Amino acid sequence: MEIPIKTNIVKKSIEQLGGSITELLNGLGDFSIYMGNVLFWLVRPPYRFPLFFDQMYFIGNKSIFIVVLTSSFSGMVMAYQTFLGFSTINGDSLVGPVVAIGLAKELAPVFTGLIVTGRCGAAMAAQIGSMKVTEQIDALEVMGINSYQYLSAPRLCAAFIALPFLTAIFLLIGNMGSYMIGVHVLNIDATSYFSKLSDFMSLKDVYEGLIKAACFGFLIAMIGTYHGFKVEGGAEGVGKGTNLAVVWGMITILVTDFFLTSVLVKLLE
Amino acid sequence: MINAIINAVDIEDVSKDFGEHHVLNHLNFHAPQGKITTILGFSGAGKSTLLKHILGLLKPTSGKVKVLGKDLASLSELELREFRRKFGMLFQYAALFDSFSTFENIAFPLREFTKQRNQEITDRVEHLMDAVGLARDAKSKLPSELSGGMRKRVGLARALALKPEIILYDEPTTGLDPITTKMVNDLILETNQKNQDVKLTSIIISHDVQATLRISDYVAFLEKGTIVEFLPTEKFQQSTNPIIRKFLDL
Repeated sequence: MEIPIKTNIVKKSIEQLGGSITELLNGLGDFSIYMGNVLFWLVRPPYRFPLFFDQMYFIGNKSIFIVVLTSSFSGMVMAYQTFLGFSTINGDSLVGPVVAIGLAKELAPVFTGLIVTGRCGAAMAAQIGSMKVTEQIDALEVMGINSYQYLSAPRLCAAFIALPFLTAIFLLIGNMGSYMIGVHVLNIDATSYFSKLSDFMSLKDVYEGLIKAACFGFLIAMIGTYHGFKVEGGAEGVGKGTNLAVVWGMITILVTDFFLTSVLVKLLE
Repeated sequence: MINAIINAVDIEDVSKDFGEHHVLNHLNFHAPQGKITTILGFSGAGKSTLLKHILGLLKPTSGKVKVLGKDLASLSELELREFRRKFGMLFQYAALFDSFSTFENIAFPLREFTKQRNQEITDRVEHLMDAVGLARDAKSKLPSELSGGMRKRVGLARALALKPEIILYDEPTTGLDPITTKMVNDLILETNQKNQDVKLTSIIISHDVQATLRISDYVAFLEKGTIVEFLPTEKFQQSTNPIIRKFLDL
């Protein structure tokens, strides 16, 4: 009796795995088609600048406070932790460049991306999802307005442009936090802090972070709006869409970061 | 002398399949120009799918959809989007843009598709608000601050903004109280009569038998994806088709 049961379990597991892979591939295909459509409509007139500026305000200006708050504490805690390690080998003065390079290349773009995913990617999915379930998107289409052009394109452009700016703010404030803790609390010499910073850090590190940020902005808006358009049903569907936008947005940022790093390190060499 | 009936919508032998599911089945339907035609039918009969074919939002698996003399299949995606400006549509729950005020909702198509100045847009919006019986103090209200009846009025004003040649009503009285239902039905009738200069054609999808018989010129009955009866209202009331009798005698 045992062998058929075991075979059955193995068969079911393989079926489930196959089902999940098929679903994932279907989703990826669907997302690629959506991206193609959005990019096609993005370059076509009319260009709705007021909608773009509204989104710039929402994604950019309204995220500044949370970016400043997060970056200041990230810079401070990084300086503190780095100091604890480096002080054992008399490398206190290296705290500045280590924190600055870490922030510029990785932490600033990734943290900013995660913050914007939680704040704006979720909002994009919820706004578009609610419009879908209340037939507002149908109303746009019936009027002859392409909903991707009207809803996705301004969000995509705004996120693509706003993310590098937010990342630059993260980098600046994070370094200020690091300097404050390093020099004023942990008593690292200010002159050596800056001299080591200029010795080890270059503009390429900053460019790497900003390019990553622009890519993350593009992906956050694509994923957020995609899950908004995919919403079905009522409030439950909107909740599910919002949840998927945040989860997939965050996963995509972390996975893409790895591949972008591999490419950008070679490109900027 | 015989007055030939010109049809605003001609649907010829249209079938629509979604996978294994046959939603429309060799359907023939005509909506005479300038008249009110109502499509009656049970839930799931294919009414909304038929409406989407008229709007060109769905393409038939087979058959031909002609609107205002144009075969929709011959139009490119962009031409079709432009062509849709000849339509107005009142959605079941009005589908107003919830972040826009009443004024902005009605002005939306004018801002998108015309180059009118602000004053001209204001004049047109106020004219439309008067036409659908909306008080001026509703101008700055958001959809969430409006009653069901007022939302329908705003939706109708928005649908009429670009002077459409065909207006579609998707279950316009669903979820409304009897008084508001009567008001909406009167508004549909009044709108059709007032816009006879452009020969406005109204197509209504409804479950409301009494209202249909009161305001429609023609009634079509949709059952299992096909039109089983299409008659002038007076003749439709006398139909002996058992399914229709079941619907009418409820």
